[in-house]
Amino acid sequence: MKRILAILVEDRPGVLTRVSGLFSRRGYNIQNIAVGRTMEPGISRMTVSVEADPVTVEQIVKQLNKLVNVLKVSDLTDEASVARELMLVKVKAEPGRRSDIQQMSATFRAKIIDISPDSMIIEVTGDDQKLQAFLMMMQEFGIKEIASTGKISLLRGSKITRDVRV
Amino acid sequence: MKLTGAQMVLACLEEENVDIIFGYPGGAVLTLYDEIFKKGIKHILTRHEQGAVHAADGYARASGKTGVVFATSGPGATNLVTGIATAYMDSIPLVAITGQVAKPFIGTDAFQEADITGITMPITKHNYLVRDINELPMILKEAFHIAGTGRKGPVLIDIPKDLQVEEADFVYPHKVEISTYKPTYEGHPGQIAKASSVIRKAKRPLLYAGGGVISSAAHEELLELSRRASIPVTTTLTGMGGVPGDYELFLGMPGMHGTYAANNAINESDLLIAVGARFDDRVTGKLNTFAPQAQIIHIDIDPAEIGKNIKTHLPIVGDVKNVLKEMLKRVKPGETEQWCEKVLAWKKDYPLRYRQQAGDCLKPQYVIEELYRRTKGEAIITTDVGQHQMWAAQYYRFNNPRTLISSGGLGTMGFGFPAAMGAQMAFPEKLVICIAGDGSIQMNSQELATAVCYNIPVKIAIINNQYLGMVRQWQKFFYDGRYSQSCLAGSPDFVRLAEAYGASGFRAKSPEDVGAVIENALNTPGPVVMDFQVDPEENVLPMVAPNTSIVEMIGGEER
Repeated sequence: MKRILAILVEDRPGVLTRVSGLFSRRGYNIQNIAVGRTMEPGISRMTVSVEADPVTVEQIVKQLNKLVNVLKVSDLTDEASVARELMLVKVKAEPGRRSDIQQMSATFRAKIIDISPDSMIIEVTGDDQKLQAFLMMMQEFGIKEIASTGKISLLRGSKITRDVRV
Repeated sequence: MKLTGAQMVLACLEEENVDIIFGYPGGAVLTLYDEIFKKGIKHILTRHEQGAVHAADGYARASGKTGVVFATSGPGATNLVTGIATAYMDSIPLVAITGQVAKPFIGTDAFQEADITGITMPITKHNYLVRDINELPMILKEAFHIAGTGRKGPVLIDIPKDLQVEEADFVYPHKVEISTYKPTYEGHPGQIAKASSVIRKAKRPLLYAGGGVISSAAHEELLELSRRASIPVTTTLTGMGGVPGDYELFLGMPGMHGTYAANNAINESDLLIAVGARFDDRVTGKLNTFAPQAQIIHIDIDPAEIGKNIKTHLPIVGDVKNVLKEMLKRVKPGETEQWCEKVLAWKKDYPLRYRQQAGDCLKPQYVIEELYRRTKGEAIITTDVGQHQMWAAQYYRFNNPRTLISSGGLGTMGFGFPAAMGAQMAFPEKLVICIAGDGSIQMNSQELATAVCYNIPVKIAIINNQYLGMVRQWQKFFYDGRYSQSCLAGSPDFVRLAEAYGASGFRAKSPEDVGAVIENALNTPGPVVMDFQVDPEENVLPMVAPNTSIVEMIGGEER
């Protein structure tokens, strides 16, 4: 089962290695990971997606909490939350196909951010399903390359991650 | 007050009441060693960094204090790795201080550079690479705090060579507050109350105690709980001495080489109370056949141990001593009389056994029993890893905590002798005996030089069977007797090896010699090697094949 963990960590050298190393050496597979800043100076937020059963997730959370630089681990999966990932997609775009691509992008509320004589870069944001659907549609034009951020997530409403009981 | 980085380290050790360092100098710690020279703090120079870290570990296990080890960068630091992993697996408080190449050289593959914080990340409780001299005092304070609190463990501090000569203001912090590190010491009162009532109702309860009992000095509480509620006790290898070895309700060790009584008690128990133990595979055997009828109460300071290997019905996170103390206020004896009778009958009818007959080859178990008799059970015993380790756990009776010092989790050969030196430094007046194998002793026999130099009067009993005995035993049982690379014939004459280092050596080849050799060793000052040439094909029994139920015991039949 897919779980999303939000991990608040001290922003120190090697923290990402400590967290990712813990996943790999205990045999947990990270599907994707995003690291970024928070409101508090010195604290970073990692969002990790992991495929694991509930017992394994409980163990992952406990092991993460043992890392001295980890402040808080929250499992957001069962909470009402929004999750988004940003993706850049470079597609082949001969002049004759540009308007098709533009139309398709508009349907997905994606933005065209670069155009060259034979290609375009499109920026698209969304959850897994939407990004998968978008990629499928772009395949007919020919995808040259993609880059994505990994998923980030926040709780809905006024509750914040620190309030989630693990 | 301005101090250099090196002076800060020494000042910190003073503040933390560190009275001994084990270590080995080198290029990246010259400044640090210069301060040791000037300060005159006691330092034991071993012959290999691995010896130093195991000695610091043995010191910590014997005394309960935090062990300290120094090494230089690169190979000095990597030579600590096995010792740090050993301490990590058994939750032993240790602070390792390593030199690192100067800051501008970090990351350039400089001479004797190794990323020791990267290397030791998975085997330390925490580690630091110091980048700013102003952070050093707090890092030192945190390191000792983290190593010696909560679930204890090793912490490594890597200090670049140039930082050791830099100066900064030094005020040693007397308090430490790490917002991300807050161990739980007090057990939840509701859970403790529930546990007490479950205990009262249980008909077949069993205490299963591990290293946590030793670490939190909860041996008196454990014994009191067992007595007051009439609950039999089994202790793991690292929990030995948690109750006295000759205590009536003590069933011996559980698991792969456990006793018939302990393993059957687990199998038939309706309530298993795990106290500072972690359901290691060597204890549980096949997990889904372990304690099939039992509810499980699990008391541990590390929440991650709860539910890691086995489903727990009633978890209590907290310091074992605190939790047991609270439990003792509430617990009342249940109806366990019949159960105790049954368990004690197992203990009587299915004892550990071997046959030593006059004229036969010397049996290793006989050597251990003689050691027990002639030391009256009062020695601190360290072991290496393998058959001799299991025989020591089975046949020596440990009446006090911290008297069996053995690498349980990592299973490190070569641990016993340096650990014995560390234990001896903690207790100069006590008798310390290292029970070793002929394989294990050769992994750190160079430390005989250290023992002789500092006159550390450790007595080493080599159970010499000319084999890597445990490997041979597995090959016999599970590989049709193909003894691949497990024969050690051609090892040195251990008596003459001892003599070459300036130590004394004695040899026993028959049961008749054993008593005299032990007496001679105990009466000879300084380090002594005893070479017990034992039956090469003796097996450790009973034995449970890996990943089978612990009641399927080979060689556990009735007397």
